Amino acid sequence: MSGQATRFDFDIAVIGAGPAGLAAAALAAGRGASVVLLDEQAEPGGQIYRAVTETPVRDRKVLGPDYWHGAELLGPLRDSGAVHWPGSVVWSVARPREDGPRKDGADGPRRIQIGLSRNGVAALLTVRHVIMATGALERPFPIPGWTLPGVLGAGAAQVLLKTSGLVPSGATVMAGSGPLLWLLAWQYLQAGARIDAILDTTPRENWRAALPLLPGFLRSPYLGKGMKLMLEVRRKLTVIGNVTGLRAQGDGVLKSVTYSRNGVEQRLPADTLLLHQGVVPNLNLANATGCAQRWDEVQRCWRPTTDDWGATSVEGVALAGDGAGIGGARAAEEAGRLAALDALHRLGRIDRTQRDEAAAPFRAALDRALTGRAFLDTLYRPAEPFRVPADDTIVCRCEEITAGAVREAVRLGCSGPNQAKSFLRCGMGPCQGRLCGPTVTEVIAAERGVSPAEVGYYRLRPPVKPITLAELAALPKTEADIDAVLKH
Amino acid sequence: MFRRLPEVAGDAIPFTIDGRPASARAGDSVAAALLANGVTTCRNTPVSGAPRGPYCMMGVCFDCLVTIDGTGNRQGCQVRVAPGMAVETQDGKREVER
Amino acid sequence: MTATATGTGTPSRPDVIVIGGGLHGCSAALHLSMRGVRVLVLEKDHVARHASGVNAGGVRQLGRHVAELPLTVAAMALWHRIGELVDDDCGFESHGQVKVAETEAELATLHARVAELRALGFSHEEVVGRDELRSLVPAIADHCVGALVSRGDGAAIPFRTTFAFRCKAIALGARFQEGGAVTRLARRGGLWSVETADGARHEAPVVVNCAGAWADRIAAQVGEPVPLEVIAPMLMITARVPPFIKPVVGATGRTLSFKQFPNGTVLIGGGLLGRAVRDENRTELDFAQVSVNARTVWDLFPAMRGATIVRAWAGIEARMPDQIPVIGPSGTEPGLYHAFGFSAHGFQLGPIVGRITADLITGGATDLPIAAFRIGRFAGAAGTIAA
Repeated sequence: MSGQATRFDFDIAVIGAGPAGLAAAALAAGRGASVVLLDEQAEPGGQIYRAVTETPVRDRKVLGPDYWHGAELLGPLRDSGAVHWPGSVVWSVARPREDGPRKDGADGPRRIQIGLSRNGVAALLTVRHVIMATGALERPFPIPGWTLPGVLGAGAAQVLLKTSGLVPSGATVMAGSGPLLWLLAWQYLQAGARIDAILDTTPRENWRAALPLLPGFLRSPYLGKGMKLMLEVRRKLTVIGNVTGLRAQGDGVLKSVTYSRNGVEQRLPADTLLLHQGVVPNLNLANATGCAQRWDEVQRCWRPTTDDWGATSVEGVALAGDGAGIGGARAAEEAGRLAALDALHRLGRIDRTQRDEAAAPFRAALDRALTGRAFLDTLYRPAEPFRVPADDTIVCRCEEITAGAVREAVRLGCSGPNQAKSFLRCGMGPCQGRLCGPTVTEVIAAERGVSPAEVGYYRLRPPVKPITLAELAALPKTEADIDAVLKH
Repeated sequence: MFRRLPEVAGDAIPFTIDGRPASARAGDSVAAALLANGVTTCRNTPVSGAPRGPYCMMGVCFDCLVTIDGTGNRQGCQVRVAPGMAVETQDGKREVER
Repeated sequence: MTATATGTGTPSRPDVIVIGGGLHGCSAALHLSMRGVRVLVLEKDHVARHASGVNAGGVRQLGRHVAELPLTVAAMALWHRIGELVDDDCGFESHGQVKVAETEAELATLHARVAELRALGFSHEEVVGRDELRSLVPAIADHCVGALVSRGDGAAIPFRTTFAFRCKAIALGARFQEGGAVTRLARRGGLWSVETADGARHEAPVVVNCAGAWADRIAAQVGEPVPLEVIAPMLMITARVPPFIKPVVGATGRTLSFKQFPNGTVLIGGGLLGRAVRDENRTELDFAQVSVNARTVWDLFPAMRGATIVRAWAGIEARMPDQIPVIGPSGTEPGLYHAFGFSAHGFQLGPIVGRITADLITGGATDLPIAAFRIGRFAGAAGTIAA
């Protein structure tokens, strides 16, 4: 650090341009902070509002009003003065520790270092505060055959619809549970796409558990719409309930889907199988940064530990939106604003009273957005056989490790995901456990007869997205070099 | 298998899949363009040789890895198709030089 | 398999308590168990959690400190029949280790090294020229002029190796207690009393300190402070690529450890340091330094330039000021033995140092020269360098 301000001298980096990130960046920059919004995609919106600026699906009723709400977040961002760097892959966030002499011999405040790649060039960017808005990813749905080409996530299929106007053709089966499954089916109905069957895996007993929470759900201003939409889908499409024992079959490519219902096995021909059983926080970046996390028994996932403002256990690093625990797009927006206010406070731009006063309406809106969430979490908790699969099912797609191999490792003395990772290589592939972490945790916990909280989660490592050796070797070392790389 | 909605307009973008001519639309990722052209399998795994295709479409599963303009192991769902782009499906471990 | 915690009221009473479930602790437990000694291993996290599970896995005689030469040669003999020792091949493969010279001046230092070893009676290292280097390592960059080679060397899989030592020790009767750090170590009436954070207390006539990067704290409790430095050597690994290199490759003028696993992934390390946060069991990477390592590979293996790095990490290790370990009896207390401070090259020595420790405990002596590793060499030196 030369003491001379670099051209890219940002107070705040917001990572992820979904609802939380868009709202956070707009608010912080609008109040005078210098903000850079880093996002992997070419256009803002995150996954929920993916391609909202440019989708070829012009008929607004196909994607629905909740989707088009995303466009309303873009004006404030433009007007705020935040710098948006699309196509930025963040692969590391680190806060150098305060103790010991600094290797670079410089003084001044410690900063947070962000490793990122843009256009095939890597650089280290230093900022004072980071708001991670890394969103959610689809919960793994490990069934036999889920690695066959032709099997995709329902969320993946929705991305294809939003970005490219693509819908399934040929025999198509949707399977699983959760709001996104019903939303996608409804969107396909509006678009005139063919769906042969929806296999609903929601366990019957979930309804009994969720029923006491129904009044709260019915008060929700947003979620009631989902119920109407589900009813329309049930009226117009073939929906098969109480499905268990799902399998995808085919020789090299998906040919059919087998399922059990009331103990009877059935087979459907299928060219495309769209799987979904809810979403979980995309926590790889926070985990690799060293943010503490906890097991959420209701949502059955790990979530980074945050306070009311999204602050994590790592100083100067906050988390907003679904990346901190699933709350949905509207809640994410408000959480982003709260995290931005807290960042402004921590940077000395507003005092505590100003922060708290400004936060009041956002906090009220957040509470409204979260109304009824408990009902959804309880109703759509995935059935145990789809979270803790049978021995022959691949759990780690990258290294092709089965649930049986994980159980065998537990019997040999591997008591947690990290030992299983070292022993079996599960979670060591390029996806870094994103598609196996929740399953491996639950399989080990079930095998040991303890809570997932006790067995823990993978310790994830940067780079959280792969980078090439050439990029790493050419990492610019001086401020001038960094500027030259980043200005493109 | 996927098809375009009839309302989707826009110029066709020519590119190649394993040397064969193919067509995409502005905004398509490489993975979306593969599916739109009827290619559901984009690689064989380096572990067992099992075929894989796009699964998550949001950059987290790494199953849509392909070689793009000679650079291997690129996430097809994270790269937009450009005119003349050469996309190659990957067989097992890609060559170290690529 | 794992011993159940014993309440403080009824201490367990093995013959030997080994503190630390890394490779050295597991090896000591194995060799003692082979001789019928009842061993309890106390591990604060889980076996192979730190350096033993995440190191580069090099099984290397090449380039060792002269004091370590008798040990490294004896260890190598054990590695070549490791399956007989632990019922698992530990992923060990012997394709040699190669230390590349990039200039004639570097090559001259390698010739001098071989001459020094010959004078001491060791012949496992030899210098090869440009052509033989290329036949051993076809992918090496054109500018490299030669190399030092140790043909019997190789590499193994660290976690699997340590785990195999643990499993064999258990099969022979050793007990392991994981998840409770030693909080108190005291000697009373000829017995060591060892208390752990999970509330258990154990007693034994003999204790072995194999606590790695935490070993100075154990030593300090018995009045023998050592200047142990906590370090975090960084490593990175690539996605799978087709097999293209057999030996493990290092460099002479800069730091490098480079090898391809049978599964195709390429491990790149060599000792550039991140930051160790010992009290939080955590390490932090320094990507500016990782970049230096990547640049070395970029120079030496042009074919690797487009390889994808999927993960980088660092383990927590102990380094002594003279870069060689502490092995042998305590200088202050009877019934206490040390084996720690391997200074980022202890993996290859694991199988033999456990045997040495067992020799010392069961017979009072060992046939290998260990005087250079006595803990007393630091008497009067300052305590811990870094926490």
